[in-house]
Amino acid sequence: MSKPKKVFTKGNEAIAMAAINAGCRYYFGYPITPQNEIPEYMAEHLPAVGGEFLQAESEIASINMLIGAAATGARVMTSSSGPGISLMQEGFSYFAGNELPAVVVNMSRQGPGLGGINATQGDYFQSVKGGGHGDYKLIVLAPHTGQELYDLTIKAFELSEKYRILTLVLGDAILGQIKEPIVPWIPEKTAGDPDRDWLITGAQGRAPRLIKSLFLADGEMEQHNWHLQEKYERIERDDVMVEEVDAEDADLIVVAFGSVARIVKSAVTQAREAGMKVGLVRPITLFPFPRKRLFELGDRTKNFLVAEMNTGQMVEDVKLSLPGDCRVEFYGRPGGSVPTPEDLSSIISETCEKLQI
Amino acid sequence: MKQVFKRPESMTSKPFHFCPGCHHGIVHRLVAEALDHFSLREKTIGVASVGCSVFLYDYFAVDVIEAPHGRAAAVATGTKRVLNDKIVFTYQGDGDLAAIGTAEVIHAANRGDNITIIFVNNSIYGMTGGQMAPTTLLGQRSTTSPYGRDYLRDGYPIKMTEMLAALEGPSLVSRVAVNTPANVKKARKVIRQAFQMQVEGKGFSFVEVLSTCPTNWGMTPQAANNRIAEEMIPYFPLGTLKQKDVVDVL
Repeated sequence: MSKPKKVFTKGNEAIAMAAINAGCRYYFGYPITPQNEIPEYMAEHLPAVGGEFLQAESEIASINMLIGAAATGARVMTSSSGPGISLMQEGFSYFAGNELPAVVVNMSRQGPGLGGINATQGDYFQSVKGGGHGDYKLIVLAPHTGQELYDLTIKAFELSEKYRILTLVLGDAILGQIKEPIVPWIPEKTAGDPDRDWLITGAQGRAPRLIKSLFLADGEMEQHNWHLQEKYERIERDDVMVEEVDAEDADLIVVAFGSVARIVKSAVTQAREAGMKVGLVRPITLFPFPRKRLFELGDRTKNFLVAEMNTGQMVEDVKLSLPGDCRVEFYGRPGGSVPTPEDLSSIISETCEKLQI
Repeated sequence: MKQVFKRPESMTSKPFHFCPGCHHGIVHRLVAEALDHFSLREKTIGVASVGCSVFLYDYFAVDVIEAPHGRAAAVATGTKRVLNDKIVFTYQGDGDLAAIGTAEVIHAANRGDNITIIFVNNSIYGMTGGQMAPTTLLGQRSTTSPYGRDYLRDGYPIKMTEMLAALEGPSLVSRVAVNTPANVKKARKVIRQAFQMQVEGKGFSFVEVLSTCPTNWGMTPQAANNRIAEEMIPYFPLGTLKQKDVVDVL
């Protein structure tokens, strides 16, 4: 067997490449730093595969074009960064109500407001708690390497179709801009099932179909919400993804996601070399959050440190997941300046000292 | 015996929920007749907007997607880009299209997206209970302009047809009314033309239909019909402002 071919590419391009290889043929988007390589790649490569790139007049238009395209059953995607993702929140809520599948990428940048263009994890709450109106969830995937950006983009299309749900790939400026080798691959399935009974294709030889989120009859909206909640429960049961490094025997478990988790990996190795029993839990799905696994680990290990490039967001979900007798420390900074492995090693040592591990 | 009048095949048999004297029922029928004329029912996708017309899926026997408020043109663009051999139309009121959805309609028009937009202008927000719309006439009272629309505070009623006709993208931009049998006949012809443009791939077609809202105007159906002639048409003149004969070749 020939050796898989590596390509040296930026994270943003890895996402765009993965989307096209996953069968995405329609992309609607609006420029914003630090994710412009995604629309640029799509604009260059989609025509060659019979697809179409369309630059929208705003992110509000992008997400609504995505609604119209997703309703046909086509694999469709848009991407943006914080300010643009904020504008899309209305559309996210409609995606949830309409139960349509699509993929959105947020290569997040510092906020609030116009903020800055450097990396941050300040959009965690917006991603997992829902920035739009109503009682809904997205699937949120948090890659931490170029290869994982590629792999999880493909996974995002699969999950979105499996559950008829909007799936968000949450990266940041570092992951989008970093250039590294990846191995592209093509999934077996590059399109959703054409026989799905809700696809809007024109009512030829069948009863007309309707995609809607308005339910005015008595009790109808409550019923729809219970149906959505049942779906979110299935997602939590079946599709949690989490990576663990030396977590089983650790006296201190660091919990981190995305680019910070990658830095923590180096810090954990350094800590182990220095004789400290430290491990890492990296949630790959931020929703569904690996709360069950954290609870199990918290049964044995009582000391946790959450590291984030924000001032404390995921730490709330970690605390809610763990048994009440666990101690949860937090290290965070609001993005822009990235902690080094040495910074995190010092924090780990200080935490061990403080908690008398 | 020859049947001379029947319900269009593109309509369901559900009775309209619209208020007495409201023009939505007439406009719905004219759209359905146009779809029937070109045998488009089975290949048409309607995009419902927010307002009284959101329930168009109850009345049209076609596939329908419900758009967020104001976003119907963008939703239609997304659908049409994937299914470019299908017919895609939106049906939007003046609050939806001319206030919250202004950006979406202008850019869909400017791109020349091959979709059809039916814009029903009754100069008021109907479903939410009679608030001022961007099309509310000067001096017109509404629940949010209780002393009448004042241009110093609220600006002037917006003329969407004139605005869109200034763009290069659209193939057809026209304003019609359905307040008299003669106007209904003209509107029928223009709405048919609009769908013909799409069938022929000529790009964005837009028909503004002046419409009554007797309930929120506080008028009888007859008085509301008269108001179209006396107050609306003088400010929103009828006619086709733009019509392309050929597909643009750049």
